[in-house]
Amino acid sequence: METLFACCIGFLTACGVFLMLRGRTFPVVLGLTMLSYAVNLFIFSSGRLTLRGAAVLGTTEQYADPLPQALVLTAIVIGFAMTAFLVILAIRARADLGNDHVDGKLPDATNMKKESR
Amino acid sequence: MWHLITAPVLLPMLTALVIMLPPVHYSPMRRRWLSMISAAIQLILALMLLLQVQQQGMLHYAVGNWQAPFGIILVADKLSVVMVCLTSFLALGAISYGSAGEDEKGSFFHPLFQFQIMGINGAFLTGDLFNLFVFFEVLLIASYALLIHAGGKNKTKAAVHYVVLNLSGSAIFLFALAVLYGTLGTLNIADMTVKVAALPAEDMMLVKAGGLMLMIVFALKAAVLPLQFWLPATYSSASAPVAALFAVMTKIGVYALLRVYSSVFGEGAGPLAGLAADWLLPAGLATIALGAVGVMASRDFRKLVANLVLVSVGTLVSLVALQTELSAAAALYYTVHSTLVTAALFLLADLIANQRGKAADRLVSGRRVIQPVLLGGLFILAALTVAGLPPFSGFIGKLMLLQAATEPTSRLLLWSFILISSLLVIIGLSRAGSTLFWRISGSDASGEKAAPLQVFGVCWLLLASPLLVAFAGPLTGLSQQAAAQLYDTAGTVDIILRQPASQGDTP
Repeated sequence: METLFACCIGFLTACGVFLMLRGRTFPVVLGLTMLSYAVNLFIFSSGRLTLRGAAVLGTTEQYADPLPQALVLTAIVIGFAMTAFLVILAIRARADLGNDHVDGKLPDATNMKKESR
Repeated sequence: MWHLITAPVLLPMLTALVIMLPPVHYSPMRRRWLSMISAAIQLILALMLLLQVQQQGMLHYAVGNWQAPFGIILVADKLSVVMVCLTSFLALGAISYGSAGEDEKGSFFHPLFQFQIMGINGAFLTGDLFNLFVFFEVLLIASYALLIHAGGKNKTKAAVHYVVLNLSGSAIFLFALAVLYGTLGTLNIADMTVKVAALPAEDMMLVKAGGLMLMIVFALKAAVLPLQFWLPATYSSASAPVAALFAVMTKIGVYALLRVYSSVFGEGAGPLAGLAADWLLPAGLATIALGAVGVMASRDFRKLVANLVLVSVGTLVSLVALQTELSAAAALYYTVHSTLVTAALFLLADLIANQRGKAADRLVSGRRVIQPVLLGGLFILAALTVAGLPPFSGFIGKLMLLQAATEPTSRLLLWSFILISSLLVIIGLSRAGSTLFWRISGSDASGEKAAPLQVFGVCWLLLASPLLVAFAGPLTGLSQQAAAQLYDTAGTVDIILRQPASQGDTP
């Protein structure tokens, strides 16, 4: 279980970082979302992975750490709000700047290609 | 009085909510006055809290009466309360300036401003790293919205970079917190100090990785060299009162560095002691150099002021890296001075730009300003202060930080970088000033005079400089006490973990 979990987090992080380094805003937004999924899973694992462990005292022999669950909940809520804001900002930037590149202007190579057509 | 420590967080939040309610929300005058009165009350409450901390020593408050290390606590020691006072002082000036008309260029200026103050104060007062993350997010989301206040292409472009960078910063922050929680089992700063001191050898590398990831996050907030590229564009495109408030945001990163790396990874941390110092000193010095070159190279005045912020951040980070009581005291005094004067310069840049017509704040010959005596006087005062010439507060700040470098190598590095950068700053500022006020071309002066509230805002922030000099004795004493309290980790841990915080029945 640990190996699968770790591979999942690693894969999500790698995809997130790759997408974040792209030049357009939409892949960047997707990348940040993936990165925040990876982060949430990672925080969850910081309380150790247990099967059938209750977070409430006095119900089972085996307990799960309740704090990471609370932290994950907070992180999910904040991450969700931030992603929503970023999506709106990206749309606004597309409208204001006339393209969806993160720098607000297309790199020179693309411009030149357009002109040569 | 026991609950006074929550006031710097609760009062801005409640003010923001009231401003958004109908009787206040539909009247610009009411919004402005409520926001300004609330800022004034916040300043008074912050000063009362400072008095209380000086009389009774460190205070801590268990939110919901859940005791540390399990509950969330707020901690008021001298360092954090001085920073809260600084924020309140700055906020009053910035809100007054904004109330002269800048606030009506977009919606929800005052509520967002108050929410940001809430986040900043909370970040200073919290005693828990996860809570620090939450308050960071509160102040960041308010700052995202404030940055694009009044709109415009430049603002949107800067905001996209700023938001994406800070979101990835938040992700790294959470990774670091999860690593630290997984190994130490706590996120309470005082409790972490105890746990790091008794760390088993096999967890050492994990905690080190977590600690260094935290350093990256704080360095991003503080804008230290490899992570500073966002700052000039962001600060120079924000509207003036917002940029003035942002002057304290980089200092939050410095504060967090000071807090975490003097206690959790401080002297008692065994092999992990001084974890960040090796990285921070070169980064800080390089930031000073880059900022000074930026001051020389800037082609408009707001960019120049943003580069001055970089110089001050570099100075503070190198002081933090020295990790002595003396350097922490110097850093605290210099923080107060540099925050207020750079904020005043951002406001002043806007006033000058408004009166120069098309040339705005670009450093080219342009129209004559309408009020050359007033603006020129304020400019020379601010420039002398920020460059660190006597008799203003910058001089005392520089003196303290030059004295703080006691070892030969650090003295050699710090002295040369700071003195040469001061020279470059003086050259850059005198060039800017002579261009703005004396190189006049084109038609005669026209445009609007500065509104009384705007002049009040600038004067209020600049007033701090003579005050910092006049009361230099008690203030340097206070910063030394604050530094001593910061480095007394054993005492801090004892107060927070062994003495119960606020009881329900205590008055």
